Amino acid sequence: MATRVIGKSVPRKEGREKVTGRAKYVDDLKFPGMIFGATVRSSVARGRILGIHFEPGIPWEEFTVVTAKDIPGKNCIALLIDDQPCLAAEFVNHPEEPVVLLAHPDKYLLEEARRSMRIEIEPLPAIFSMDDSLARKHVIWGTDNIFKSYQVNKGHVEHALREADLIVEGIYETGAQEQLYIEPQGMIAQANAEEGVTVWGSLQCPYYIHKALVVLFGLPKDRVRVVQAETGGGFGGKEEYPSMIAGHAALLAWKSGKPVKIIYDRAEDMVATTKRHPSRTTHRTAVTREGKLVAIDIDFTLDGGAYETLSPVVLSRGTIHAGGPYRCPNVRIRSRAVATNAPPHGAFRGFGAPQSVFALERHFDRVAEAVGLAPDEFRRRNFIQQGETIAVGQVIHEKVDMGRLMDRAFELSGYYERRKRFETENPGKMIRKGIGFASFFHGAGFTGSGEEHLASEVAAEATRDGRLRVMAASTEMGQGTNTIFSQIAGEALGIDQEQIEIVQPDTANVPNSGPTVASRTSMIVGKLVETAALEIRRKLVNGGYLSAEYNTAEFAEACGRYLDRIGPLTSFAKYEHPRDLFWDDERYEGHAYGAYAWAVYVAEVSVDMRTAEARLDDFVAVQEVGKVINPVLAAGQIEGGVAQGIGMALYENVVWQEGRMVNGQMTNYIMPTSMDVPPIRVFFEENPYERGPAGAKGIGELPLDGTAPAIANAIAHATGANITRVPITPEVLSELLAGVHV
Amino acid sequence: MSDLAEKIRVRCTLNGAAATLEAYPMARLLDVLRDEAGLTGVKEGCGEGECGACSVELDGEIVNSCLIPVLQAEGATIRTIEGVATGDQLHEVQQAFITYGGAQCGICTPGMVLAAVNLLKRKPHATLTEIREGLSGNLCRCTGYTKIFTAVMAACRDMDRTVEG
Repeated sequence: MATRVIGKSVPRKEGREKVTGRAKYVDDLKFPGMIFGATVRSSVARGRILGIHFEPGIPWEEFTVVTAKDIPGKNCIALLIDDQPCLAAEFVNHPEEPVVLLAHPDKYLLEEARRSMRIEIEPLPAIFSMDDSLARKHVIWGTDNIFKSYQVNKGHVEHALREADLIVEGIYETGAQEQLYIEPQGMIAQANAEEGVTVWGSLQCPYYIHKALVVLFGLPKDRVRVVQAETGGGFGGKEEYPSMIAGHAALLAWKSGKPVKIIYDRAEDMVATTKRHPSRTTHRTAVTREGKLVAIDIDFTLDGGAYETLSPVVLSRGTIHAGGPYRCPNVRIRSRAVATNAPPHGAFRGFGAPQSVFALERHFDRVAEAVGLAPDEFRRRNFIQQGETIAVGQVIHEKVDMGRLMDRAFELSGYYERRKRFETENPGKMIRKGIGFASFFHGAGFTGSGEEHLASEVAAEATRDGRLRVMAASTEMGQGTNTIFSQIAGEALGIDQEQIEIVQPDTANVPNSGPTVASRTSMIVGKLVETAALEIRRKLVNGGYLSAEYNTAEFAEACGRYLDRIGPLTSFAKYEHPRDLFWDDERYEGHAYGAYAWAVYVAEVSVDMRTAEARLDDFVAVQEVGKVINPVLAAGQIEGGVAQGIGMALYENVVWQEGRMVNGQMTNYIMPTSMDVPPIRVFFEENPYERGPAGAKGIGELPLDGTAPAIANAIAHATGANITRVPITPEVLSELLAGVHV
Repeated sequence: MSDLAEKIRVRCTLNGAAATLEAYPMARLLDVLRDEAGLTGVKEGCGEGECGACSVELDGEIVNSCLIPVLQAEGATIRTIEGVATGDQLHEVQQAFITYGGAQCGICTPGMVLAAVNLLKRKPHATLTEIREGLSGNLCRCTGYTKIFTAVMAACRDMDRTVEG
């Protein structure tokens, strides 16, 4: 069948509702008798709770008050392990840890009440840095403060380092980064012993919340229901934390007997919810005089905050991506996520990879310099080729041509000409220009055997009028799930994609297609959508209701006849792990990902040497992502990701004081505005992936990996400063410039 | 404080119709529009005038409704996102946002569309620089603004055609 909608920029399915303001987000929903909930939090980083005091002046008898004692099931937010309580009972382990919940019909009185509560805590010694955690200055988690550690071993690193012509070392750091979705987190819950628990909210992963509520309330699975409202951005920030808010709203609803709405204001959202893990990466790289990589030795540490949450998985992705798309016979990567008494760090687009890729791509510019090669020439001599193995031992079977991506990115950005010209023109100038790049890859889908364990499911149902209803738990949060699924299903069936209906994610109505994370929705779940749609077609064709060639009207007619004679026309698709993909969790090697997106990004900057401010002048993003399903949506993903990467590189600085974010406002935590983004020029190379729907690979997280190092390399080029950490705020850069002869 | 603790009646023109809003005088216009008038297209992103998600037109100017006490709306003409389309007929800016990918998650979109509509009213031939400046009070975390610029420039051309045609 000819391609009808794949590769076309069909408009966003829910676009009309969004541009008219009719789309309903959680805070837009009202229920009869609904009251409001608030969270009373710990004021200290670590301590023992001595008492909860209700100050006078508030009509406390009007309030619903919930503490840990009110939890019907297990007091935890079930995720990987159950170490994070839903409400602190005896000890608190980070600032802003939830201790008491309040609900009242009057929002304003509720806020006064929240401020009139005093939680008496006897402070205990706390840990605020990775170094103190590693040194076990105090043991605050488990027996050694380590949530998880990995070791990747390929070849013989120690031997290779001893024999090397040249060894280049470096230490790199990245700070915490706030997801800063513009819609703050929120949930509404209805809960009672008869009907169970239902929540509606802003969320990425309905079944994560479902699992957490089942454990928290000790209810059977069919008595818990999670419904996604329109979601105003997630970027990972609405992956795990919504389980906490859902639990809180549900506990208040359970006790009060009324629907309860909890909406965080921006300050609460910023100080209390997850952020990108701060990181430190140490590199030791051995190269020959010709610039061939001989050994890569990486030590990678993430600050996980006070509870484990998703840190082991974030660490895993960061570890696997730490060696990049390069060929090297000897690789050792040692990594760990450590505990500190800060709110748990969590999922943020890129999920550990932006941290380790920043270190690698910045470091490789320095290795090139040390060996006397241009940064691009050093990369070219070491780029992975088809049939070679990456750090974790995965043989890259897909067609990969990093050199070609680099050629195209350099041509589009005028890289060589500008690099030379800037070097000639910069000396003595107050505004200096630089151009830099990063070359990188990002694996799509869950790591290793993750997809096998998830065993995602998608269902589809054809209606009498020839519409196809697609049922999946994968959420739309702006990235385009509704539209992409419609295109995939429409293409598979050969009918107009307007005929495709994407059912609202609701655990009562949709099967578990897994979390909406890890650049997996188009590639993994999209494939299941395609399979389910094809199964509908097969049933109609094999049953003689439809000939091999048909149009949308004939399809509808056939559905009607099938429903009359046979009954419901449904299909079901379940993920089957390809038999040739193996992963060894013990040795941490094998097929880490089914497919990778490959990219070269080029950043051009101006640096004001007086103010140490850096600005982006141009940005070129070239990537190979399999078949592009919707060019406008795909480019939108890259442009938005690059903007977040610009924030990570230049502006977004979380200021910590004893485990608490002290700049939790949009006035002093700065994200890029329309004045701060350069032209972001996005280009795709297409190399269809045989296992992706219509050949598509994952794309969502990719742009976060390469943007910050490309910018850092450009600033280094402009100024000669050795950039080793992001964000590169003017304060950071001015210190570095002080050490450079200008 | 006692006079502030009594609800007042604020008469204004809201999306083209006369309206009376009952609220405490210092209540935020944002809350009154959402809770009393049911105009939930007005969004709260930060509550401190930084993000522009709550943008509305007040007497022809774009304001952050989270910073405006409802008292100030007495006698004013207010337009929210709900008043931008004419019946089923979308405004050129709204249509361009759909066509060119200017909306992703949609939470900044109502404010962004209003700000763009307001900008093009003042500057029918806005340049890219003017668009960047004109929208700098509205934050978007999804798009990197690129497709928003494209959409606004396209709307600019479409509106020209409408005038000429």
